[in-house]
Amino acid sequence: MGLTLAEKLLSLKTNREVRAGDIIVTRVDWVLAQDGTAPLAIRQFMRLKKDVLFNGHRVIFFIDHAAPSPRRELSNDHIFMRSFARKKGAILHDVGDGIIHQVFVERYVNPCDIVVGADSHTCTAGALCAFAAGFGSTDVAVAMAFGKLWLRVPESYEIVIDGRLPKGVFAKDLALHIAGKLGPGGATYMALEFKGDLIEHLSMDSRLTLTNMAVEVGAKTGIIELDDVTCRFLEERGRPPRYRDMKADEDASYARRLYVDANDLEPLIALPHRVDKVVPVSKVEGKQIHQAFIGTCTNGRLEDLRITASILRSRKVHRDVRLLVAPASREIYLKALREGIIDTIVRAGGVILPPGCGPCVGVHLGVLGDDEVCISTQNRNFQGRMGNPNSAIFLASPATVAASAIKGEVTDPREVLS
Amino acid sequence: MSVIRGRAWKFGDNISTDLIVPGRYFHLRSKPKELAEHAFEDINPNFARSVRRNDLVVAGENFGIGSSREHAALVFKILGVGAILAKSFARIFYRNAINLGLPVIMLDTSAIEDGDLLEVHLDEGVVIDVSKNLSLRFKPLPKFLLDILKAGGLIEYVIASKGVTAFHEV
Ligand code: SF4
Repeated sequence: MGLTLAEKLLSLKTNREVRAGDIIVTRVDWVLAQDGTAPLAIRQFMRLKKDVLFNGHRVIFFIDHAAPSPRRELSNDHIFMRSFARKKGAILHDVGDGIIHQVFVERYVNPCDIVVGADSHTCTAGALCAFAAGFGSTDVAVAMAFGKLWLRVPESYEIVIDGRLPKGVFAKDLALHIAGKLGPGGATYMALEFKGDLIEHLSMDSRLTLTNMAVEVGAKTGIIELDDVTCRFLEERGRPPRYRDMKADEDASYARRLYVDANDLEPLIALPHRVDKVVPVSKVEGKQIHQAFIGTCTNGRLEDLRITASILRSRKVHRDVRLLVAPASREIYLKALREGIIDTIVRAGGVILPPGCGPCVGVHLGVLGDDEVCISTQNRNFQGRMGNPNSAIFLASPATVAASAIKGEVTDPREVLS
Repeated sequence: MSVIRGRAWKFGDNISTDLIVPGRYFHLRSKPKELAEHAFEDINPNFARSVRRNDLVVAGENFGIGSSREHAALVFKILGVGAILAKSFARIFYRNAINLGLPVIMLDTSAIEDGDLLEVHLDEGVVIDVSKNLSLRFKPLPKFLLDILKAGGLIEYVIASKGVTAFHEV
């Protein structure tokens, strides 16, 4: 029997055929951590009494979750990270560079790499056919020291998506649809392998939205086969792929198959406080909102900002709504500036936040008040996620969030898209 | 560590890491003892104050979903929680707990009620609900994971094996 893509990637790295269920120790290509997880990872690393990193050019820290720092305790964490990185020769992306998963995809990852990240959305890089998964600080500390990690080779779900996305429907709606179908634990320990004829028509920006949300159904990772879109993305960044072809075998065995006909989708929204409470936007139209947030590792990319600007052009954000927009990286911010996107958003009454996680994790830059409602492009709406357990978060696509920001209430984007 | 005796603190399904250690205490991550005082604050404000050494956190499906923050497992260690029992776990939380030497046990927890006195026999794969006179079986952890637990966590395990066994063989 053939191999799934997850089995293939792990077999390639360990130089032998490994199968779902095997517990293996594998070499890793990249070790990542952000300012919420790196300080503990560094402390655990120090306890190992191993003076050097396995490879400083392969260990990357990001200051993105609380960037710039809103509190002295966090400023001190940042100092700790910077000084460790300097001493040990690790790479560090400081305030303003952007979100870990976006910067990593723009600048580092290559297909077939194995990526260990102290952040649950490390799975995002699977869109470039890497095996990338989130871990805690201790696993990352051991990987920093040895360049190795133990893991269980996952079973895979085959997610086949055919058709085309109708007008007003985006990769985010597709990701929400899948979350609604599988539920928050529906794919625990699995790898999601996205296939089907829609995928080849999806841009890299859209693909990253899909793989980003794999962890929302409990998956270890989400992976997309290597194709022309991947190769072009890398070549444009001066990083030609080492491999040009990598697919699951035709006769691979999957734990489950989910078929989605994209033609049947409509704009979707996840209700508080669960990512799988997904309904058509039309079902909650008219619900009043106080804050609208466009950004994060799910939807802070150029494509997302473009659609936002196209909706906001010659319109105004509703006076009872705060629209916050955070480009996911410096590269995206610069491109958006050049295209006039930032100008359009600011003129319409939006607020631009520095590249980074912004209010997504409830630390700063848009903490919700009691009984406030936020509509956001992020991936999680757990109770308290945006810093206040007495508030509510709805999840939707950038188009739905932008349309809602104008109207002051949840709005189907098809009403405003020309 | 093979027998753990304590009271049950019962929680529901899909308890997220945001409920275990809320993001608004992000700045306390380098002060885990202070962070631990806020564990479960939004769903059971008594927990951190009243939990006793070896008490057991008992939950439904998918315990620990969400972020990779290891602090969500670390606070239980600091508060002296003996083990976490749940119908299922989110994968990163599960790993983090083992890596810190905190036992995680997957079994049907429906019959256990808040406050029940429990006895966990890790090696035998049995939980005894003393209050209900019930014996519940679970599949013991694979040996590799038990070894990490018994060492006190992954760092201790790696130090004890001089980084050799698991990480130099491949
Ligand atoms: S944007 Fe949100 S989900 Fe993404 S890495 Fe930052 S905090 Fe996590």
